[in-house]
Amino acid sequence: MKTAAQSTKQHVTIANGQGFWGDSMLGPVRLLAEGPLDYLTLDYLAEVTMSILQKQRARRADAGYATDFVRMIDRLAGQIVAKNVRVVANAGGVNPMACKDAVLASLRRQGIQGCKVAVVEGDDIFGRLDELLSSGEELRNMDTGALLASVRPRVSSANVYLGAFPIAEALSQGAHIVITGRGTDPGLVLGPMIHEFGWKPEQYDLLAAGTIAGHIVECGAQCTGGNYTDWREVPNMAMLGYPLIEMQAGGEFTITKHEGTGGMVTVDSVRHQLVYEMGDPMRYLGPDCCADFSSARLEQAGKDRVLVRGCKGWAPTPTYKVSISYEDGFKAVGQLTISGPDALAKARLCAQIVWQRLAYDGCKFAPEERIEEYLGANVCHAGIALPGNADPAEVVLRLGVKGQDENKVDRFGFELVPLVTSGPPGVTGFAGGRPKASEIIGFWPALVNKQRIHTKVSVFS
Amino acid sequence: MPRVALSRIASARSGDKGEGSNVGVMARSKAAYDFLQRTLTTELVAEHMHGINSGAVKRYEAESLGVLNFILSDSLGGGGSASLRTDAQGKTHGLALLRLELDVPQAVLDLTPAPKGVA
Repeated sequence: MKTAAQSTKQHVTIANGQGFWGDSMLGPVRLLAEGPLDYLTLDYLAEVTMSILQKQRARRADAGYATDFVRMIDRLAGQIVAKNVRVVANAGGVNPMACKDAVLASLRRQGIQGCKVAVVEGDDIFGRLDELLSSGEELRNMDTGALLASVRPRVSSANVYLGAFPIAEALSQGAHIVITGRGTDPGLVLGPMIHEFGWKPEQYDLLAAGTIAGHIVECGAQCTGGNYTDWREVPNMAMLGYPLIEMQAGGEFTITKHEGTGGMVTVDSVRHQLVYEMGDPMRYLGPDCCADFSSARLEQAGKDRVLVRGCKGWAPTPTYKVSISYEDGFKAVGQLTISGPDALAKARLCAQIVWQRLAYDGCKFAPEERIEEYLGANVCHAGIALPGNADPAEVVLRLGVKGQDENKVDRFGFELVPLVTSGPPGVTGFAGGRPKASEIIGFWPALVNKQRIHTKVSVFS
Repeated sequence: MPRVALSRIASARSGDKGEGSNVGVMARSKAAYDFLQRTLTTELVAEHMHGINSGAVKRYEAESLGVLNFILSDSLGGGGSASLRTDAQGKTHGLALLRLELDVPQAVLDLTPAPKGVA
């Protein structure tokens, strides 16, 4: 396997094989099978995930991380080692040490020796919230300005979006596998670049180039033809290639994919992902730099190769973004299929019946606490006239409610299925049974002074 | 002037951003960008998307990328897991915007290649 010392490469290939929690296992499987790469990055976390993992950990001290990652190691560690690929994954969730233990146990079971596993810690401030609040950090909601105190007893997780430098440090200590908790998605690929090329914290244009490259690949196949407007033009969508970044030391990079894979890499496919969740193109704020997406120049440099250059960035803010989640009540959603004739009219009657029967039993939901959707009769593009949908052959009626009272939300679920025998004719598709109340997890975006956050890198083998 | 759907001269991608959605509109040519920069105003987008978005609409321009980026500030029925909507992440908002019909000068259409399957 690779040695620990910082290399002096002029070029490094980084692949992202996992765009989100629940993405296909085939990403990393195929990337390793289909061609060369130096680094494999895997993103397992979303905001809602952190809260779920925190609850798992509260029940079991050795839980609270992305177990999919350990399954990936079970299946692919042999190839990862044989091909000298280094792995960076935010699979640690709220318990990166337990994730590391599970990975080391998997490596032992497979008889793999000498593989160093690093852990980056410091993002999880759930246990430090009161200390931070009393030391003057207000953790106000960035959107509403409200003080955290208003939801403090209901907070279920709190994690800082760390930057890429701790990942680079782990790699420079010789780690073959780096496990982090919460960090930014682009940081997973920026860390290896910082390590390989020795980029410094004040080289903002370079850090911006790495951040922009990371943003382009962070949703996996969304830059190689997935979720692409002109879908008819995408060849072999079933075998869409996962993206590769070929980064140069000077900050120019090429987005590409392995030869023979499906999909395509074009200026337009890359541009599709640049705009995704972009916000202000001139001010993409990250922990390591502020990147100007509008500075990126995209150029087709061959089949399935897009060259990106000219990326500009400047100094980051003195704060980290914090993702705090809190318990925010309950919701329940269920659906029935209503066949024609008159599918839409009957579906509307069904919705009325449900609300009326609930009200009879003293269970009222205000308009903002409930939803009626008539799937098949223009839900996604509501209010935008579509021809030919006046009498669809069938409609899926989807009803939902939310509120603070779990019992009341559960009560709703009892009135949906009875429509089959006590509503208009043609009601079916009640598979799945009664909808049950599930917890709503609220998000509380906040900022914390960087001085208060201490990252720690540890290496194990 | 021919009346065509926005999809004839632009592509789009959308996703969630807090309690709203980010809708990136990508012009299919320089001529299309210049036309849309003048025509595709926040007022027009707000009116077209009124059944989806009940908040303010903000527009960012990135001319070098041929991109107009719109933020619909209240388009998910609550953010994150609080939404009851099918499209709680605004994944379909880009395609909804591409249905917008516009009077586009023939000269702009001539300079803008149509995608496969779009007349």
